[in-house]
Amino acid sequence: MSPVPINHPALVFARRVTDALFSPAGLAGAVLLAIIVFGCAYTVDQTEQVVITQFGRPVGDPINAVDSESGAGLHFKIPVMQTANRFDKRILEWDGQPSEMTTRDKLYVVVDTFGRWRIADPLKYFQSLRDERSALSRLDDIIGSETRNVIARHDLIEVVRSDKERTPEQDALLAESGGTIGELPPIRIGRHKLEDEILAAASPKVGLWGIELLDVKIKRLNYKRGVIEKIYDRMVSERLQIAERFRSEGAGEAAKIDGKRERELQQIQSDAYRQVEEVRGKADAEASEIYANAYTASSMAADFYAFVKTLDTYRETLGRDSTLVLSTDSDLFGLLKGISAPDAQ
Amino acid sequence: MPEEFRIEIPPIDPRWARSLVSLAAVVLATLALLSSSVYSVGTESVGVIQRFGRYVGTVDPGLRFKLPLGIDRVTILPVKRQLKMEFGFGTGGASDRFQISREQDREADMVTGDLNAAHVEWVVQYEISDPEQYLFNLREPAATLRDLSESVMREVVGDRTVDEVLTIGRQGIENAAITKLTELVTELEMGLRVQQVQLKNVHPPSAVQASFDEVNRAQQEREEMINRANGEYNKVVPRARGEAERKLQEAEGYAVKRVNEAKGDVARFKALLEQYEKAPDVTRQRLYLETMSDILPKIGSKVILDTDVQQFLPLMNLQQFQPEKKR
Repeated sequence: MSPVPINHPALVFARRVTDALFSPAGLAGAVLLAIIVFGCAYTVDQTEQVVITQFGRPVGDPINAVDSESGAGLHFKIPVMQTANRFDKRILEWDGQPSEMTTRDKLYVVVDTFGRWRIADPLKYFQSLRDERSALSRLDDIIGSETRNVIARHDLIEVVRSDKERTPEQDALLAESGGTIGELPPIRIGRHKLEDEILAAASPKVGLWGIELLDVKIKRLNYKRGVIEKIYDRMVSERLQIAERFRSEGAGEAAKIDGKRERELQQIQSDAYRQVEEVRGKADAEASEIYANAYTASSMAADFYAFVKTLDTYRETLGRDSTLVLSTDSDLFGLLKGISAPDAQ
Repeated sequence: MPEEFRIEIPPIDPRWARSLVSLAAVVLATLALLSSSVYSVGTESVGVIQRFGRYVGTVDPGLRFKLPLGIDRVTILPVKRQLKMEFGFGTGGASDRFQISREQDREADMVTGDLNAAHVEWVVQYEISDPEQYLFNLREPAATLRDLSESVMREVVGDRTVDEVLTIGRQGIENAAITKLTELVTELEMGLRVQQVQLKNVHPPSAVQASFDEVNRAQQEREEMINRANGEYNKVVPRARGEAERKLQEAEGYAVKRVNEAKGDVARFKALLEQYEKAPDVTRQRLYLETMSDILPKIGSKVILDTDVQQFLPLMNLQQFQPEKKR
């Protein structure tokens, strides 16, 4: 009827186990095991440290603390009597509220700080603070007031800048606009030192509670509302001044180019005039010389020239609109009076 | 009811029932143990294993086994995923709650090293480089990275002039920020690697934006004025050079003409002179008469007076001898 006989050794064993578990002794054993697993044994995470308390009083060294011998893993305690109080072992974040402060040079700023801390002494921490919420509020108080103190002792620029040595890159276009544009106001201390000051002042105070403050940093820093308008006004005037310089530079450059143009124009034209006159003069002189040489070669040449030139002049000057009054004494019309002309005699 | 319709149920041995119950329990327990001891690690992730809370190792992607019943706990970390944080702005659809913040304006407003204000937006790209450090050293590594990024960016901007921040120094700011941020992240053993810091939109506060634009406009105007003056120069000067050249050429032409004419005149004169020297009187007379016969026909009016009629001249109305055209 069945492939496995009812008396198969495996089935027999299974029945025995079930019977044993549900017998009174088996149940008692199971409860005991549960107490051991859930009451005595506890695990400590890699990220935790544990303080064992017995009726509220700490017992033994903290487990998995920075300088403990015991580490993370499975641990045991006395059930019911002892309690495991767990604390974070990791680096924790403290993020301050932005708050208004006054710098030494009487500027109103809003400073937002943050810091990192950890529970260095869980026992002390447990005894004085108990939980993280109260720790954070203490940190708020202490770091807040130390920050205020440090800010009040220094000028704003010391908070803004951090590198004393740095020389800014200059924008070639803005470089010669005068004033302090493109320059960084000098500092003596710088932000890092200020943060260190805050840390140094706050550390011993929070140390009493078993807290180790690792650093305090300024996250945000800005002018207070109301002050910022003045800053904007200054920025605007600074920019407008640069704009004006550009415009006047443009006009100046343009005037320079105009002047150059005018000068070159005059020079070119007068040069041309001079050269033209020189060339023409030379040519005229040469022509005159040629004429003179020819016409003064002999007295006869001079005579002939005068004669020919006179005739040429007649030819050129007398025309349709001339009235010529001649007498019969003239060489040409002498014959009108008689055949024997006076010069022929 | 007829007898043959009854179904005969044989009595079940109670031992069977107990066997089946325990068998089922064993099977269920085995399945539960198996299912809680098998897990898989995706290709972009690693698994960090803690046994009773203590770190025991890191496993690579693949199908893996662990001890069941909460003895081994595995945290899967996407170490190959590119993570990013946006500061001063936010692109939607972020799956990571640390990617953007709710205080974007306050994040972006900064004071520059010359005590001006600027609005700076940037992005930090990072990845998990060391899962063990990432999980165990800081409780909120991502939040810490956000705060550190803000602090570092303000520090870098705080050491620069507003002009460097807005225009010329962008590359320098990115480089300085990534250097400082990497330094801090390494020092704190956060288990993160900062890959990139990129400046996004950087502009002056909106209240002063107009004056910055004014500077740009003035710059353009300056260029324009210079260009216009250059244009005027270019329009006039080369042309004047050409004109000058033309005049000079004309003068040269005149010179050549003048000399050539002189030479021509002289040549002609010399030729005539030669003839004249041979027979001065005749030549003279011939030239004179030739000229006269050329001229006289062209002359509008001619009056020939007898030398003996001396008194006629004063009486003559010269007007009537004017050529008709002139009248």
